[in-house]
Amino acid sequence: MKYETQKVALPFFMLAMALFALQIVFGLAAAAAYVWPHFMSEAMPFNITRTSHTNLLIVWLLIGFMGSTYYLMPEEAENEIYSPKLAYFQLLLFAIAGAGALISYQFGIHEGRHYLEQPLWSKLMITVSFLMFLFNTSMTMLKGRKTAINMVLMLGLWLAAVFWLFAFYNPDNLALDKLWWWWIVHIWVEGVWELIMASLLGYLLIKMTGVDREIIEKWLYVIVGLALFSGLLGTGHHYYWIGTPGYWQPIGSIFSTLEVIPFFAMVVFAFYMFWKGSRNHPNKAAMLWTLGCAAVAFFGAGVWGFMHTLSWINYYTHGTQITAAHGHLAFYGAYVMLVMGIITYAMPQLRRVQPYNQVLNMWAFWIMTSAMWFMTFTLTFAGVVQTHLQRVLGMNFMQVQAQLELFYVMRFGTGIFVAIAAAMFFYAVFGPAREQVGAHVKQPSIVATE
Amino acid sequence: MTEGLTKAAARNIFYGGSLFFFLLFAALTAHSHFYIVNTSTQPMSDSVRLGKHVWEEHNCINCHTILGEGSYFAPEIGNVWTRFGGRDNPEGARMALTAWMNAQPTGAPGRRQMPAHDINDEEMRALIDFLEWTDSIDTQGWPPHPAG
Repeated sequence: MKYETQKVALPFFMLAMALFALQIVFGLAAAAAYVWPHFMSEAMPFNITRTSHTNLLIVWLLIGFMGSTYYLMPEEAENEIYSPKLAYFQLLLFAIAGAGALISYQFGIHEGRHYLEQPLWSKLMITVSFLMFLFNTSMTMLKGRKTAINMVLMLGLWLAAVFWLFAFYNPDNLALDKLWWWWIVHIWVEGVWELIMASLLGYLLIKMTGVDREIIEKWLYVIVGLALFSGLLGTGHHYYWIGTPGYWQPIGSIFSTLEVIPFFAMVVFAFYMFWKGSRNHPNKAAMLWTLGCAAVAFFGAGVWGFMHTLSWINYYTHGTQITAAHGHLAFYGAYVMLVMGIITYAMPQLRRVQPYNQVLNMWAFWIMTSAMWFMTFTLTFAGVVQTHLQRVLGMNFMQVQAQLELFYVMRFGTGIFVAIAAAMFFYAVFGPAREQVGAHVKQPSIVATE
Repeated sequence: MTEGLTKAAARNIFYGGSLFFFLLFAALTAHSHFYIVNTSTQPMSDSVRLGKHVWEEHNCINCHTILGEGSYFAPEIGNVWTRFGGRDNPEGARMALTAWMNAQPTGAPGRRQMPAHDINDEEMRALIDFLEWTDSIDTQGWPPHPAG
């Protein structure tokens, strides 16, 4: 850690991981309701459990992105954070907005749009806090060095804020509501968040592989270009069946198929830089999360997305468990693993020790990633059966669901393994630092300077 | 990566191309906006507007899907009007939907439970008006079967 103010990232990482733990708890409760239909059906109906599960994910990922930005910005800009106090204050504001929303859900207080359920006051606080964050990090960058990494990162974050403003526009016409709702939901996760993802991966690769910055940054522009060229019109794959014109079927099919390319490019990018790199960085666990992020994002977002994106296939699969399968692996690969990679990379430096507890961390990686894959398979098979019975044969929804019980039981099992792996990860990262894998490192002197 | 492409060129392609695709996307979205207002949806009464509010107030979207979007725990609602026979017998569908929602939770063993929702008569009428209106949206022939 070269810059003192990088340490503001630490409370962001801790809060993000605490909320991640809570997200898994609500996820398990929701999965339990699929297996035991009466589970907490009075105390916490499924809609509240699920709202909590998805909102916690979004909130902790945003906190993770903010922490990551505070961590890397001083190194990239070669400049201390503009105001550490403002950083702590905006985190507090964000935490209150998020926790307040979560608590109000338990009392049935919410706005009723999917993922945008936060009460208005919470939305406003999130906006103010995020603007403070953008001001703080932008000032840090403007006073210092501008690199492709921090420029693309800040562009992604600013655009995320701009598109968030559509959360305040809720037309009475349901079809219009849906049309503009995707301007946040799709443009975030399949658009501007990819800018954040690619720039954070680029940062990790520069630090850990030692490949020349010029090469990495050129790749970065190519990847984010591919992401937006395909991802903007790729929104069309959500405009097939919601009252929108028929031309979205060819446009959405073509451009959302192209959305696979930037994810594939990120895999090639990460592995090529890893093999090309001369540096043997001692933080093996962080390298594992970095490569894993690119790979699982490709399968989860790319392959599983492509699987049901063509309009004539989506006609049958739209709104089935196939969507749930894709959603879980895509978020896990692209964004969860990304933040966990950054945390794994940054924590030894924030604690001023050599990389520690790496074996445990890597076990957490393999168990969690395997469990998420297995979860994705169970939901995919459930979705295929559902599609056939319900959409082809026309069987009643509840009868079809009864046929899927085995898949839901297995999905609940995978959730338990995700929880175990998460506990291992938290202990590896925040617990006492013990073993030191990486003593055989060839060039420790280079490592020490990073 | 071809050696011919410089970082500056890659950056310019990124900014220029993204702006181009954004403008194209925005124009098509604007067209779709007017298509929805003028072609694919019916005019809305005040009751339909209130009904959407009732739908949102009870967080229905986090169990059900509507036009395939939402949660996959409970049946599709976009065509529930058709499924309850509303196109042939609107009065019968109204009575059946009202009775069904008021009967929740069923407490039936082994069956997912819909919570009891405190919906008064005016709100119930509005909610069903909203469901009837939603059923009339031109969705390019989706869903493939009335099962939703």
